[in-house]
Amino acid sequence: MTQLALVIDLNVCVGCHACVTSCKEWNTSGWAGPMADQNPYERDPTGTFFNRVQTFEVGAFPFTETVHFPKSCLHCEEPPCVPVCPTGASYKRAEDGIVLVDYDKCIGCKYCSWACPYGVRELDEHQKVMKKCTLCVDRIYDESLPEAERKPACVLACPTNARLFGDVHDPESEVSVAIRERGGYALMPEWGTKPANHYLPRRKTRIEVTEEELVRADNPLKKERKLPRPAFDEPSLDDVTSW
Amino acid sequence: MHPAFSVIFLTTLIGAGQGLFLALYTVELYAALDLLPAPPQAFYTRGSLAALALLSLGLAASFFHLGHPERAWRAAARWRTSWLSREVIVLPALMATVAAYGLAHLLGLDWRLFGEALPLPGHVTLLVGGIGTALAFALYLCTGMIYACIRFLQEWHTPLTVINYTLLGVASGFTAATGLAALASPPHTAFLGRWAIILTLLGMATRVAALVRNARLKPKSTLQTAIGVRHSRIVQRSQGFMCGSFNTREFFHGASPAVYEGMRWAFLVLAFPLPALLLAVGLEGGGAVPLVAAFGVQYLGLLAERWFFFAQANHPQNLYYQTVG
Repeated sequence: MTQLALVIDLNVCVGCHACVTSCKEWNTSGWAGPMADQNPYERDPTGTFFNRVQTFEVGAFPFTETVHFPKSCLHCEEPPCVPVCPTGASYKRAEDGIVLVDYDKCIGCKYCSWACPYGVRELDEHQKVMKKCTLCVDRIYDESLPEAERKPACVLACPTNARLFGDVHDPESEVSVAIRERGGYALMPEWGTKPANHYLPRRKTRIEVTEEELVRADNPLKKERKLPRPAFDEPSLDDVTSW
Repeated sequence: MHPAFSVIFLTTLIGAGQGLFLALYTVELYAALDLLPAPPQAFYTRGSLAALALLSLGLAASFFHLGHPERAWRAAARWRTSWLSREVIVLPALMATVAAYGLAHLLGLDWRLFGEALPLPGHVTLLVGGIGTALAFALYLCTGMIYACIRFLQEWHTPLTVINYTLLGVASGFTAATGLAALASPPHTAFLGRWAIILTLLGMATRVAALVRNARLKPKSTLQTAIGVRHSRIVQRSQGFMCGSFNTREFFHGASPAVYEGMRWAFLVLAFPLPALLLAVGLEGGGAVPLVAAFGVQYLGLLAERWFFFAQANHPQNLYYQTVG
C-alpha cells in the first residue's frame, strides 16, 4: 500500500518561507477554488494557509540554536480528524494515504480541527469550509507536467532541498531511506496518530580527538630511554628519522 | 478552546429540554403507579411544548455554528464513527418523540396497547414517553461523547464529561419542571422541587470533581514532543505570521484571567447553590416566583459553566502558536 508523505530536513531548513508562498500560490489558483485572504492590504491581514514555517529557539544564550520548523498536514496513518467528521467530507484515500477534504460536502462545523492535535486544519473564512494540505494532489498525478515536476509545490520551491516527497511505505524510496538512515521522527508520538510525514533532526558534525591521538604517550623511546629523558614536547629519534 | 455561543446555547438548551421531558415522564410513571396524584392534562401538554421549544431553540442555535447550514442534513451520514453525527440523528428523533408525547396527551389517547395485562392508565403515553426517555439519555451520551472522545483534549477526555452533561441537563430540566408545576399543577411542585435540589447538588459534586481532576492534569504534549527536539529550554520565536489565523482564533479563549476566574465562580454560585436555595425557599411557602426564578438563575449559571468548560480545555495545537515574533 502506498503512503505518500513529506520528509522535512530540519538540518538544512533555513526558514525562508518559500514553501509557504509557493504552496499558497499553487493552491489558490487550483481547481479547488481560492484560498482567500481577509484584509490582505490593511490592518490585521489574515488568511488560509496549508503550510506555515515557524521558528524556535533551543537552549539559553550563548548556547542557543535556531530551529526553523515547517508545519503542514502530516497525513497521519491513523488520522484522528477523519472518523469524527459527521458528513464524511474528511477522508483518507486508500490508494495513496492522502488525507483530503471534500469541499462540497464539508458543512464547516470545525470538529475535525478540534480533533487534530497538530493544528494543521484551517477554516477558509470565505468559502466556509475546512482546508488543509492536499500534498498537491492536483499536480503529483498530472501527466501533462514533466515527471520531475510531479511533486508538491513546496518541495519544488525549497532552495535547500529540505523537503523530500515520496512513498514512506516503500522501503527503498528516497524518503524511507532518509527516515531510516538519518533518524527521521514523527511529531507528538504520544497520541498514536502515526504521522506519515517525518522530520529529520538537526545534526552536528564533530570530530572526537583524544589527547592520546595528538601525543604518542606510549612512545617507547621516551619511556625506556636512560635518564635524563627528553621532555614530551622535545623531538625524539622517532620524530626525526625514518629508521 | 474558544467558547462559541452557538454551541453554548445548543448544549445548555437541549440539556434542559431533555431534562424537562424526563421530569414529565417521571411524574407520569409515578402517577401511573399511584405514587403521585395524576396531574392535569395541561401539565403534560405545556411541559411537552416547553421541552420542544427548548430543543428547537438549541437546534436553531447549532446552525449558527456551521459554515454551511444548508448542508446540515449531510451530518447524519457518518453515525458509525462520529458522535456528532449520532447527535444529529438522535436530536430530531427526540424532538419528534416529545411532540408525539405531547400530542398523545393533548388528544387524551388511551388505547390499551398491552391489553388488560398491564393495569395502568395511559398505555400510549407511557410507551412513547419510554422511547423518549431512552432517546433523551442517548442524546446526553452523544453530546458528552462529542467532547469526551477527543483524547488529546485532556480536560474533556474523562467519563465525568458525559456524567456532567447528563446531570446538569437533568437538574436544569427538573428545575424547569418545578417552575412549570408551580403554575400548572401545584400538588406536584414539592416532588419535582425536591428532586431538582437533589440533582442540582449531585451535579455540583460531579462538576467540582471535574474541576479538581483538571487542576491536577499534566499535559502529555510539550514543545519537546511538538517539534521533536530534546532540550529542556525551547521557546518559540515566531509562529510564522504576524496577525491572527484560524489557529489563533479557534483554540484560545482570549479572555483576561479576571474574566476566566470570574466565570468559574459565577457558575459555581449561579448553577448550583443559588437555584437550590431558591427552590428550597419556594417549596417552604415562598410561592411560584422563586421556583420560576430558580430556573432562570440556573440557566444563566449553566451558560457560564459551558463557557468555562470550553475555555478550560487546552488544545495541544496551542504549543505551536505562542509567539507572534
